[in-house]
Amino acid sequence: MSALTDYSISELQRLYKKREIGPVEVVKAYLQEIDLKDPLVRAFLEVFHESAVMRAGELEEMDPEGMPLYGVPVALKDNISVKDRLLTCGSALLSQYTSPYDATVVHKLIEAGAVIVGKTNLDEFAMGSSTENSAFQVTRNPWDEECTPGGSSGGSAAAVASGMVPVALGSDTGGSIRQPAAFCGITGMKGTYGRVSRYGLVAFASSLDQIGPLTRDINDCAVVMEVLSGHDPKDSTTLESPAPGLVQGIEEGVEGLKVAVPAGIAGWQVEQPIIEFQEEAAAVLQREGATVEAAGLPGMEMSIACYYILATAEASSNLARYDGVRYGNRIEGATLREMYENTRGKGFGEEVKRRILLGTYVLSSGYYDAYYARALKVKSMICESYRKLFKKYDLIVMPTTPSTAFKIGEKSDDPVSMYHSDIFTAWVNIAGLPAVSIPAGISAEGLPIGIQIIASAGEEAKMLRAAGTLERSFSFRRRYLPGADS
Amino acid sequence: MPAEKYKAVIGLEVHAQLNTSTKIFCACRSEYGGEPNTRTCPVCLGLPGALPVLNREAVLKCIRLGLALDCEISFASIFARKNYFYPDCPKNYQISMYDRPLCENGSIDIEADNNKRRIGIERIHLEDDAGKLLHEKGDISNIDFNRSGVPLVEIVTAPDIGSAAEAAAFLRSLRQYVRYLGICDGDLEKGSLRCDVNISLMLRGARELGTRTEIKNLNSFKAVRSGIEFEIERQSSLLDAGKPITQVTQLWDEGEKKLVAMRGKEEAHDYRYFPEPDLPPLIVDDRFVAEAAADMPELPGVKKQRFIDEYGLSEYDAGVLTVEKELADYFESLVTETSDPESSCKWVMREILGQLKDTGITIAEFSLSPRMTGELLILVKEGVINLQAAGAVFSEMLSSGEAACDIVKRMGLEQISSSEELGKMVDEVIAGHKEEVVRYQDGNLQLLGFFIGEAMKMSRGKANPGILNELFKLRLHRRD
Repeated sequence: MSALTDYSISELQRLYKKREIGPVEVVKAYLQEIDLKDPLVRAFLEVFHESAVMRAGELEEMDPEGMPLYGVPVALKDNISVKDRLLTCGSALLSQYTSPYDATVVHKLIEAGAVIVGKTNLDEFAMGSSTENSAFQVTRNPWDEECTPGGSSGGSAAAVASGMVPVALGSDTGGSIRQPAAFCGITGMKGTYGRVSRYGLVAFASSLDQIGPLTRDINDCAVVMEVLSGHDPKDSTTLESPAPGLVQGIEEGVEGLKVAVPAGIAGWQVEQPIIEFQEEAAAVLQREGATVEAAGLPGMEMSIACYYILATAEASSNLARYDGVRYGNRIEGATLREMYENTRGKGFGEEVKRRILLGTYVLSSGYYDAYYARALKVKSMICESYRKLFKKYDLIVMPTTPSTAFKIGEKSDDPVSMYHSDIFTAWVNIAGLPAVSIPAGISAEGLPIGIQIIASAGEEAKMLRAAGTLERSFSFRRRYLPGADS
Repeated sequence: MPAEKYKAVIGLEVHAQLNTSTKIFCACRSEYGGEPNTRTCPVCLGLPGALPVLNREAVLKCIRLGLALDCEISFASIFARKNYFYPDCPKNYQISMYDRPLCENGSIDIEADNNKRRIGIERIHLEDDAGKLLHEKGDISNIDFNRSGVPLVEIVTAPDIGSAAEAAAFLRSLRQYVRYLGICDGDLEKGSLRCDVNISLMLRGARELGTRTEIKNLNSFKAVRSGIEFEIERQSSLLDAGKPITQVTQLWDEGEKKLVAMRGKEEAHDYRYFPEPDLPPLIVDDRFVAEAAADMPELPGVKKQRFIDEYGLSEYDAGVLTVEKELADYFESLVTETSDPESSCKWVMREILGQLKDTGITIAEFSLSPRMTGELLILVKEGVINLQAAGAVFSEMLSSGEAACDIVKRMGLEQISSSEELGKMVDEVIAGHKEEVVRYQDGNLQLLGFFIGEAMKMSRGKANPGILNELFKLRLHRRD
């Protein structure tokens, strides 16, 4: 591995400012990594070789001052819109669709000096937990090529974990950033709902979707998150309040924080090594001055059902626009209706169609009250419970996933078991809370284990205090390397 | 007549396009027209990743209508998605409001068939318009999305309307409101005002409502009337024949003057409404309502009553003058010029409205300002010209655009008011109509008008009729 691709964002900034290195050589080094590794990992759907180098060249003429991501290569999950680039969402239906505008996060990245180097693979329309639902390719977990990288932001997670980019953006609707981050041994964060603009993110479930960073450590995560955050006049669901400063909190420690850990975690069919790291996390926080208590996590058992009703209901409506009339791959038919049926029937994959059907069903008259309306009630109950819980505690610390990365093909025929892998993450989106997953260690099979920290709405800074403390203690990056024997 | 055996129960759903400068959820121009697909953006084209942002002006205008129609304004209303597939609908859902509309429980007072009625308004809500399908020859259709995202208010009445005439009166009154408020041009033909009708019949005195049918595509007042009349007729003959009414949506075919039933599949919709997750609840606090109310113009009913009280106009005249705000404004400016409401009213009612009707223009397009018209009326009032000459001067003003006094001078139309000059004419008329003079003096006093007319002819219309009147009376008075 070339040293140029080893630097953290803050190291890069220091070296850039001293003119010891320049963006062109760094970008070229990363592109080389991509050329070398991606044929195996298959994280990228498109690599912007030319435009990335050109942009890096332009940056060399500019002053890095005031650009927190100056010369930092960034990959984007391919459900985030970049002007004049393909926006496939991992779907055959949109395999040739080019978007005419930049997402707000893309604006912000470019203003901050970042270099967009490519688009990463994902489960079609971000629907999945393994990235196997992509219409184009299967992405492999850099730690074990027989395993999935998780999903739906599996391409972004694999790209960062294998060192092909220092930063990638993903989207998290029910765990789609945190679960692949955990599976790939990297850091992944979603902010409070509304923290990051969704303008230009292709909607899966609008009330749950959040864009967030996948990075190699918590400091990089905080830097990128600060760039992405903030009110956007183009997204009415973004928070009005200014985004908190995140970077400084990482060093602050956890002295005086009250932390809840889930009571009876073993009852959730959690793999043993994960329980051990969870216990270690609790011990570390306690040792560092936090109060740690076991607490019941209300509504968790209902959260998966609730999530799959709310998310599919919104998805059934959000995906209605892919009808072949204005854009996308139209498959003609004798009548308008037949054209719709051909385009959507053949253009969408199985999982997407399953969710559209589910969502259509739960909103149908006669079923609305039994499903959608009831799920809304469960949602408000979950929100209320956590408002109460967070009056008592500052943070919740728990595993990101009940298992480590599963094998490619292992769950693809069993959607319910696949859905169940979101058990620790989906409720966080339902409650609209911020959460970050950091790597804690690896299992006996050499697969990474993630620990998740959740804060109350708006308290990202507090969350990063614990993340910083745990990261220093776990020292994951210094101890483990993907692909190396454990 | 069947209408007497059955009572019609009619409700209207009216869509009015708001004349905001930009669309309801994006910054594209919302004005009618433009080359196809030139007023579009990712939001109103429903491109992947685009999000709606609510237009404040649209909310203000909807609230203003709600206030004008005595509605309650909801503190928190909620946008909802109405899901249906149609090629002119770019997202395949419409952003509308469902169980939490912006305005509720208002009313409009109407008058039809010499009957005053209060029609309830159940709700007024905001939503986005769809694009327009342009069918070409063969099986090709194009779509113009310029209209996509233009703000609409949907006004839903209670089923309080009992006849086609009442429906038309309601629609006229509603159009008057939206025009007064300056929120919609109210043009049915252009589609800025669109009317759907729900209609059922019940036996007079019965309690149970009949089965309801719907008529869409009523694009003129005439269409609204005929559509409803046809449907009442259709339903009552079915009922008379003992046949059941089936729920159906029909389109009014203006060319063929008939109702065409839509196929079952086209109307069997389950819209799967659910709260729009891309927009937070719309919170309207007192300050916002006050802002909407601050721009509220005087409403038609209030203005009409004021015209009666302040200017002494008849109910009829006041009604006509207040149909359109611009006409009412013209009249009031004219009164300011002339300080004479009576003659101003007469002149507007007869001459100006006549002129507008003949030329098919609106008062806004009328070329003479109230000041110019006022000068003419003052010339009459001061006796410089008589009414007959005023008519001629008015026509000349319309064609040449000259000021009234210039025309009077140029055409030598100053009224003859000198007793000496007029006295000669009077003598001449009396001398030339001996027979009529005798009849007059025998008591046929109506002949006075005839004598005045003769003298007027002699003066080529310039004689002061008042003075002629006096002179004739004096000279024809039998001195015995």
